[in-house]
Amino acid sequence: MTLATSRLIGRWSRPSRLAALAVLAAAAPENAPAVDAARQADLVQLVRQDCGSCHGLTLKGGLGKPLEPAALAGIDAAGIAEIILSGVPGTPMPPWQGLLSREDAEWIAAALKQGLPE
Amino acid sequence: MSRIGNATRRQLLERLALGGLATAAAPSLARATPAAACRMRGTGDLGLVVERATGSVLIVESTGRTILHRVTGLGDLSHASAVFSRDERFAYVFGRDGGLTKVDIIEGRIERRVVQGGNAIGGAISDDGRLIAVSNYEPGGVRVFDAATLERIADVPAIGADGKASKTVGLVDAPGRRFLYTLYDAGEIWIADFSQSAASEPVITRLAGVGKLPYDASISADGRHYIAGLFGEDGLVHLDLWAEPARPRRILDGYGRGEAPLPVFKMPHLEGWALMDGKYLLPAVARHELIAVDARSFTEVGRVKTHGQPIFAVTRPDGRQAWVNFAHPLNDTIQVVDAASLAIVHEMKPGPAVLHIEFTPRGHEAWVSVRDANRIDVYDARCFAKLAELPAEKPSGIFFTARAHRIGQ
Repeated sequence: MTLATSRLIGRWSRPSRLAALAVLAAAAPENAPAVDAARQADLVQLVRQDCGSCHGLTLKGGLGKPLEPAALAGIDAAGIAEIILSGVPGTPMPPWQGLLSREDAEWIAAALKQGLPE
Repeated sequence: MSRIGNATRRQLLERLALGGLATAAAPSLARATPAAACRMRGTGDLGLVVERATGSVLIVESTGRTILHRVTGLGDLSHASAVFSRDERFAYVFGRDGGLTKVDIIEGRIERRVVQGGNAIGGAISDDGRLIAVSNYEPGGVRVFDAATLERIADVPAIGADGKASKTVGLVDAPGRRFLYTLYDAGEIWIADFSQSAASEPVITRLAGVGKLPYDASISADGRHYIAGLFGEDGLVHLDLWAEPARPRRILDGYGRGEAPLPVFKMPHLEGWALMDGKYLLPAVARHELIAVDARSFTEVGRVKTHGQPIFAVTRPDGRQAWVNFAHPLNDTIQVVDAASLAIVHEMKPGPAVLHIEFTPRGHEAWVSVRDANRIDVYDARCFAKLAELPAEKPSGIFFTARAHRIGQ
């Protein structure tokens, strides 16, 4: 794990830190990290600032639904990643495939479930 | 206070503002504030810049192009906007978290603040300056406050014809102590008239079935025409407030001509879509295109192919040009459209995430927020030369006090 990643995880509370480690380990296998630390920082910025224009900077919702962990309790990370990539037809949620890779979407989904880092 | 004393103080303040803010040196700026407050000054050249991520706003002045104050503690300012009191002394800032904050822009401090709802999306001030209306996602509906005290006067739930509570968007003021807004979920336009009855009991006109997901709306500068954009339908809704009774009608129906829409990574904004050369420029949702409609007939008179999906098209106050910014990921660019020819006459790339454009009241300069560069850029609005850069933390909306005297802003 890179320094930046461990610093990032270090900001979370202990239980979520452990969970996050597990999530990151699952999402990013040892020899081929799917989403490196720099990309993670980009994705956090994207979610807060650009997804935030509908879902709110604090992800408490707006025109779009809230994306806090409690609000996402009923849906698994794979489902969230699918929504990110394919969008929700009939609503303003656009398909982000083309701008985001599947790995990006899976990392975002896992991070949202845990509580997105600041 | 001597003139020299004033000048020195001012220079010091400017240096503090420009040098200090880049590193968020709020304490030194706060210490400088009382000196600024001592200076008697008008507010006609002042403005407010939303710093969306830090819950703060900057008070700026456009004569010397400097920052006067940073005011903190305004809550979640994603998608925040502001209106001004009639005397241009106070700004009312509408935050996402339901916060309604009255800011004293001379003294650079919060005068009053209430958290009026759970999740809000904008507001308006009545033509007499006495009522502040806030539009809410959660719990939905519109709440109205006394502009002096921020005490709640009216709570108008937005229950559509479908019987459900609706998010409200596109809230504007209209002449005659009225507010107009759309019910996003129910697809309706409501007019709340506070002119006749007791303020707590407005007369509501409900116009149902206007179209799917009216996501934003705008009113013309004369307060006559209300236009709502629809999401998921190719068209907009036009309401002529001079007609009796007011009857919404669809305009630009099927503007996409059956072509597959592009994904929309940011919703367009209808605010600021002002008159230029007898026409309005309106956004084609999910397309790299602006549509020009005749300002009388509201029929299409032309199209402008653009760099990306337009977010704002802001008309320079003389109506000769409109400056346009774009949705993610093409949001580093501004294009300038000529009113008469509808040609793009200039393009520039101010930097990453250009979120908003505001002209000085008579249009000699344009102020541009470049969110991801943490900067406000000031341009000469005629020759496009960059005149100044001001540091700002993730700036979004820029609002000059001249809005105090404009309908629908």
